[in-house]
Amino acid sequence: MKKTLIIFLMLMTAMFGLGTGPVVAGKVKAISGAGATFPYPVYAKWAAAYYKLTGIKLNYQSIGSGGGIKQIKAKTVDFGASDAPLKPEQLDKWGLMQFPMIMGGVVPVVNLPGVKPGQLRLSNETLADIYLGKIRKWNDPAIQKDNPGMALPSKIITVVHRADGSGTTWIFTNFLCKVSEEWKKKVGNAKSVAWPTGIGGKGNEGVASYVKRIPGSIGYVEYAYALQNRLIYLKLKNRAGAYVEPNIDTFQAAAANADWAGAKGFYVVLTDQPGKDSWPITGASFILMHKIQDKPEVAKAVLTFFDWCYKNGQEMAKKLDYVPMPENVVELVEKAWATEIKDKSGNPIWP
Amino acid sequence: MIRSGTKGRILDVIFSSATKICAISVFLIIVAIMVALFAGAWPALKKFGLSFIFSAEWNPVTEQFGALVAIYGTVVTSIIAMLIGVPVSFGIAIFITELCPSWLKQPIATAIELLAAIPSIIYGMWGLFVFAPFFADHIEPWISSTLGNLPIIGPLFSGPPLGIGVLTAGIILGIMVIPFMASVFRDLFEVVPPVLKESAYGIGATTWEVIKKIVLPYTKVGVVGAIMLGLGRALGETMAVTFVIGNADRLETSLLMPGNTISSSLANQFTEAVGEIYTSSLIALGLILFFLTFLVLALAKYLLIRLTLKEGVRT
Repeated sequence: MKKTLIIFLMLMTAMFGLGTGPVVAGKVKAISGAGATFPYPVYAKWAAAYYKLTGIKLNYQSIGSGGGIKQIKAKTVDFGASDAPLKPEQLDKWGLMQFPMIMGGVVPVVNLPGVKPGQLRLSNETLADIYLGKIRKWNDPAIQKDNPGMALPSKIITVVHRADGSGTTWIFTNFLCKVSEEWKKKVGNAKSVAWPTGIGGKGNEGVASYVKRIPGSIGYVEYAYALQNRLIYLKLKNRAGAYVEPNIDTFQAAAANADWAGAKGFYVVLTDQPGKDSWPITGASFILMHKIQDKPEVAKAVLTFFDWCYKNGQEMAKKLDYVPMPENVVELVEKAWATEIKDKSGNPIWP
Repeated sequence: MIRSGTKGRILDVIFSSATKICAISVFLIIVAIMVALFAGAWPALKKFGLSFIFSAEWNPVTEQFGALVAIYGTVVTSIIAMLIGVPVSFGIAIFITELCPSWLKQPIATAIELLAAIPSIIYGMWGLFVFAPFFADHIEPWISSTLGNLPIIGPLFSGPPLGIGVLTAGIILGIMVIPFMASVFRDLFEVVPPVLKESAYGIGATTWEVIKKIVLPYTKVGVVGAIMLGLGRALGETMAVTFVIGNADRLETSLLMPGNTISSSLANQFTEAVGEIYTSSLIALGLILFFLTFLVLALAKYLLIRLTLKEGVRT
């Protein structure tokens, strides 16, 4: 009885003790991360390619940004991943640093019989008013004004939003806060909010299937989902007053126009960026790491992996409809690695 | 082979203490879950107090949380499920045990068991992709144009036909609990001694009278138990409901409008819940569900005790 108990306890400690990357004779065999679900497909693809190349395995659990932040704080993983950037004061409090890894766009989609992708146009205020429940029918004068000459049905608008907490919602509500005072006051910006109207779908696929199913509905999904499900996306009016279509170019334009160098802790939100080609609801997904590393060799392996992704993973990302980080941003990030991530005695780990 | 002497006795002691440990562990697990839930829910309960149960506000941005919408959705969907599930399972069980030609018995019984084996996510997907569109196109317009115009209950059945909402969730739940209840009912009805039924038929009772006067009184404890089992499943069902209820944290009078249940809120929001109060409020929801199920079980026990008491009086 006692013996089995001891063996059991030993097993337990072994299981939990080896939570982070095991180190075998100085050579790191595996690195681990947890967090955001949105970039998971591209991280998985990168990891597979990297494993073939180097034999180093990435174990990434896509448990959601909230879980990722909790796990990196508890040091049970080597890096965390979050769809929304942490505020500089949060980073300082927890001794973390963050950097953007990959970008994507959030795209409003509709189900209106006879309307083709990119045909319907909405201004920012109109989109906010629809989500506030103030505009209830498709032939509302405000929508008609954005689409002169287009025949709009007198159908009820069914608003679809995410039911689960998500980085996509964070980016979308961040955009709505920037373009509508009323939204900012009444609802706010978070991973899940108290929606004034509408129905909630679980995950991007949940929203996509509701929009596909309900005539007269409008929802918002990650760009990749809009493409893969052949949803009817909209053109949005950006800050420069131009109507833009969502695609990799307009997302990259938004990222290129952002002020990465001036932002403390890479706290950059890519919504409502200037520039006439910028897609207004763009967002980046972030990686979180401790500034002081207990296991410098593991941290080095993690950074080496991300460096490889920045430099060799661009085509793979584009194939999955993600937007790779522009080169000037990568340079800034790697400079930050060199100055901010250190081992216990204060020596930089990178390069 | 029978072992003799002390060795046999030792084995017996080991065996009985092993079973005892198994039995006691149930209590330990329940207590542990209670304690963990309570500890996790404490910050929210401390902050909101009783108003947590009565507030319909669920706002992660301002960190104002109330459980009313989720409690309402949980209870209402379960009631709808029971209204559909109990009579239908009853009918199935009675048909199989009393009326069905014997060659049809086994196929129906197998079909019910197969239904029970389908994972709940399949029900959810079927509900979303097949049932909800059908419901929206053919049933809901009819409901809102007939029942929706009635006084008093009218508001319960009005609104746009989305196909997704509290009523849809209740119906799906009803379908999900049918196999459970029907197969237990059938097993129960089958153990009624044929002598009793045959005597009743012999003195000229109709099938309905036999069911009402012989079968039901004989099996009532089990029947109440089976209904509670179904209700327990309906209260706690997560995935299937999440797919079809619409997940909106607003209180709507109409059953055709979206709502939310406790377990579906938990499934949706737990992964990304940040901040102590948010997480704690979700755990508090779990605690409430725990109590709700507990209440249902207690009510079942109470009903059974009352039934047995009555029996004593009558004879």
